[in-house]
Amino acid sequence: MTQSRHLLGLEGMSAEDLIRYLDTAESFKEISERPVKKVPALRGITVANLFFEPSTRTRISFELAEKRLSADSVNFSASGSSVSKGETLRDTAENIEAMKVDMIVIRHGASGAPHFLASLLDGSVVNAGDGSHEHPTQGLLDMFTLRERWGSFEGKKVVIVGDVAHSRVARSNIHGLVTMGVEVVVCGPPTLMPPEVERFGVRVETDLKKAVEGADAINVLRIQRERQKAGMFPSLDEYARVWGINTDVLKNAQKNCIVMHPGPMNRGIEIAQDVADGERSVILDQVTNGVAVRMAVLYLVSGAAALELGETQTAEQKAREGKQVA
Amino acid sequence: MPADAAPDTTRDHRRRPHEVRMKKEDHAGIHYKATLMDRDQIRRAVKRIAHEIVERNGGVDGIVVVGIRRRGVPLAQRIAEYIEQNEGQPIPVGALDITLYRDDFQRITRHPHVGKTDIKEDITDKVIVLVDDVLFTGRTIRAALDELIDYGRPRKIQLAVLVDRGHREFPIKADYVGKNVPTSENELVDVQLAEIDGEDEVLLAEKQS
Repeated sequence: MTQSRHLLGLEGMSAEDLIRYLDTAESFKEISERPVKKVPALRGITVANLFFEPSTRTRISFELAEKRLSADSVNFSASGSSVSKGETLRDTAENIEAMKVDMIVIRHGASGAPHFLASLLDGSVVNAGDGSHEHPTQGLLDMFTLRERWGSFEGKKVVIVGDVAHSRVARSNIHGLVTMGVEVVVCGPPTLMPPEVERFGVRVETDLKKAVEGADAINVLRIQRERQKAGMFPSLDEYARVWGINTDVLKNAQKNCIVMHPGPMNRGIEIAQDVADGERSVILDQVTNGVAVRMAVLYLVSGAAALELGETQTAEQKAREGKQVA
Repeated sequence: MPADAAPDTTRDHRRRPHEVRMKKEDHAGIHYKATLMDRDQIRRAVKRIAHEIVERNGGVDGIVVVGIRRRGVPLAQRIAEYIEQNEGQPIPVGALDITLYRDDFQRITRHPHVGKTDIKEDITDKVIVLVDDVLFTGRTIRAALDELIDYGRPRKIQLAVLVDRGHREFPIKADYVGKNVPTSENELVDVQLAEIDGEDEVLLAEKQS
């Protein structure tokens, strides 16, 4: 498959495309280690970061990726914008594109918002998290971190623990890892398991100790406190006791099993303090790798957009020439 | 041997005029017409460049050899090895990928593959010997200079190439040249190196319209 001019999700993406993103990110990683952390690759490209939901890591990570590629970027957050005056997503996006923006990075509470924009706009759209659907750049950076540690995905097992039902991180990880042939087990309170999640090619396990048996990595999902208020689980204490990742649980996993968390962490709830800061934790590596992965995404997506534009122009020119001949 | 094989354009009279080996098949409008350098000639040229580098710089202190991806990298490694053999001192080697610094970036459609730049040495106050296989328009070297300067402030940057084929578009000149080959604009110089292509050979080809 050829490179797409959007990155909307990892579902349905071929192994070849996934590897292209990961390999490109590997080349970009070194740029952040240079004295001058900037290359002129996306000079002249304008990116708008549309964040309709709060975010620290993802927003800063995208911004840094854009700056290190020499793109110009503008930031938008829902609070303090015309959204509070009732402007629709469509109008907001079309207005921003009317100012000749080449690429839109969007985080939105509604699943499918990036797909809606992609169908509407001429520019590229990158999904920075949509509702409980997908968070493809997080999925890619998790895969990048795993491959960096492992060397290859072959014969590996990943356990995703927590609120799988509401997690876009889980969904992107599942689609990407299953495509690469990784054994994926999901584990968490039955109230927080999506129905028929097996259809994604994963195994559901309700006993955490059993789930992590032989695991090469555990991806710990953030538990949102609102879910407890909604009655999905009895108390935070109980959640920590039954589903929390601590050194005791890790004893059942592979000796060199690594622990990941997309952040922000609830220390002492889904992840024990000593595990979060322990030698198996790769949580800060994930953050470092996030910038490289997002640089790769922006680079490849803008390349595909330039290619499409070139083809349209050639077609238009041919049509014009055809007319002249006629 | 094809009837239209070009005569040997090189001035190396010691070389036996030989047939074009047709291991490289003509393809997609590219016709291979002559071998410009064989394995021995490449080896001698690279060895000579290694000697010249040491001679011109009065030793090996502060020299870092940096190859431009892809085929400049194995050449840089070979140069460093020869210098080490002769001077008994290891020379740091780096690799530069100039893709992100290209000046035609907005004009080429599909963004090309990005390789890794790998410079471990602090290049400030060092003598950098940039190495590439073919020197043509000079645009690659312009990009490489820009990238290098983002890494530090070298005392000097020198340029070594295996083949200089002319047609410069920028004021750039090589300090060390393996072989000067006058070419026409629609010809191609194809450098094959064992580390990448399985064997050492420099071929002259022609684009056929």
